[in-house]
Amino acid sequence: MAGRALLDVRGLEVEFDTPRGVVRAVRGASLEVGEGECLAVVGESGSGKSQCFLACLGLLAAQGRASGSACFDGRELVAAPRGLLDEVRGGPVGFVFQDPMNALTPHLTLGRQLGEAVLERGLMSAEAARKRSLELLARVGLPEPEARLRQYPHELSGGQRQRVAIAMALMTDPRLVIADEPTTALDVTVQAQVLEVLRDVRRDGRSLVMITHDLGVVAGIADRVAVMYAGRVVEVAPVEALFASPAHPYTAALLASVPRLSGDVATSLAGIEGQPPRPGEIGAGCSFAPRCTQARDACRTRMPPSHANGERRVECVAPLTGAGVSP
Amino acid sequence: MLGYALRRLLGLVPTLFLIVAAAFFLMRAAPGGPFDAEQTLPPEIEANLQAAYGLDQPVHVQFGQYLAGLVRGDLGPSFRMKDFTVAELIARGLPVTLTIGVAALVLALAMGVPLGMVAALRQNGWADHAVMGVALAGIAVPNFVVAPVLALVFGVHLGWLPVGGWERGSLAHAVLPVVTLALPFVAYVARLTRGSLLEVLQSPFIRTARAKGLPPGVILRRHALRPALMPVVSFLGPAAAALLTGSLVVEQVYGLPGVGRYFVQGAINRDYTLVMGMVVFYAALILLLNLAVDLLYGWLDPRIRHD
Repeated sequence: MAGRALLDVRGLEVEFDTPRGVVRAVRGASLEVGEGECLAVVGESGSGKSQCFLACLGLLAAQGRASGSACFDGRELVAAPRGLLDEVRGGPVGFVFQDPMNALTPHLTLGRQLGEAVLERGLMSAEAARKRSLELLARVGLPEPEARLRQYPHELSGGQRQRVAIAMALMTDPRLVIADEPTTALDVTVQAQVLEVLRDVRRDGRSLVMITHDLGVVAGIADRVAVMYAGRVVEVAPVEALFASPAHPYTAALLASVPRLSGDVATSLAGIEGQPPRPGEIGAGCSFAPRCTQARDACRTRMPPSHANGERRVECVAPLTGAGVSP
Repeated sequence: MLGYALRRLLGLVPTLFLIVAAAFFLMRAAPGGPFDAEQTLPPEIEANLQAAYGLDQPVHVQFGQYLAGLVRGDLGPSFRMKDFTVAELIARGLPVTLTIGVAALVLALAMGVPLGMVAALRQNGWADHAVMGVALAGIAVPNFVVAPVLALVFGVHLGWLPVGGWERGSLAHAVLPVVTLALPFVAYVARLTRGSLLEVLQSPFIRTARAKGLPPGVILRRHALRPALMPVVSFLGPAAAALLTGSLVVEQVYGLPGVGRYFVQGAINRDYTLVMGMVVFYAALILLLNLAVDLLYGWLDPRIRHD
């Protein structure tokens, strides 16, 4: 990352109270998002990638608790009072959620929902809010924006709703947009269109966090990538470097499991043996060790050390050679 | 919307017809008749009476005549309360029954919804436990127990309110019956509101609203409350029906001149037209209330709005 961090997450922990005890969803995650950059956060379901960012803005479910640190533009957000959180979220930080079918309030018109954030803050007159809504709806590529304002979410398709959600996140002209699996619930052609809209979001020097498990999405949009596994950030690297030479065995396995159109069709798709650990099963050592083909004794007994080299960082006892982050 | 309402209104006609038919033939199938009094009448007088009320005709003819009257809005004369038509009897008792019924419904909503909201917002706190505990008691204790206890405490011992009876325009006479009638419904509404609000507050669109930085009050009022009221509205139809039938007991205990007692007296006396009139009246009311509830859904959730 070049330049100073807009969002700086340090040692973030997220815990959930469940009937079967406390679950640690995020276990000391650290990453930063620079001014104007796009950071992709990848990982399997349950790796804590969404919870990490929900926690930063106080959006965890009622059973969730966050500790550690997350600074936005120098202001600490973890355990911050509601007033500060409400100033930041929906203000300089916009959120786009995964499931466009349920992320919009069903009984309010789109115009009402679009205008809310700026009107509630007293940033604009009703007329100005309407104008800005129309502008943004046109910018995210929705035809007939005038008519949309009077419509309800159920009158739009999934892709159209996600466009509205993106426009809604842009109403306050945020400096950072966090998109939590924004294309996962959409079909492939619509995914490509929504991705195009998200790429446009970065115009005007805006930062974008793209939470996804789709490496194709990552390649198309990100500057840097953070790979999460079992609640930790195991590798951070610029996107080209990560694809060219992954340093963490998990990243390598993840890349190997992506289907390719070129090459021998007869070779079966590589998968990663085993399952991600359930939160109760995480031992003292590296949480990926049980599935890792490179694992050795040291991996199972102690936390893997963190190696950094310039733009790259990896948390592994024995990073893959070629990445240039070996001890 | 208007077209939809009219279509639904027409749809009520067959339902009402079935209810009327069932009630009519069940009533005739029950042993005894309206003129089986303590002392037996001379056969020729009874025959005259039967002829006067058309009871000497075959049953299907009587049914046809009854329907013809119904279409004209004529519920016929009461067989036992001579000098009165059924419509007159209903018109006399209705204001009382409707007053306490509507007041009880309003009270149930006005208290139940806020109590349920408080319980949901303080989930597992003392306020939640208190509201839910009282609500459980409210549902469990039947109104024929609540009514005499309230009358005893507030009427006899404290002397704050009349023990029973009815005076037009007297608020004091209405308090105990309304409270008795409303209590279980306050409880139901509070429980429903709590449960559905807790569920709605977990939904993704509430998280979206929080992510916009909206204040908690705005999120609750604008985004959460309407969907949370859906189950409460569904309950309004059956609740209104239950309030009307529940008022039979309450009217009896407090000695109110409502329509409830005509139902009971009519059934015991085999006063065919009076019972039929009550059935038609209650059925129409309940059907209309359920229709109103369906139309209300459209306001709460545009996805089921009818054009």
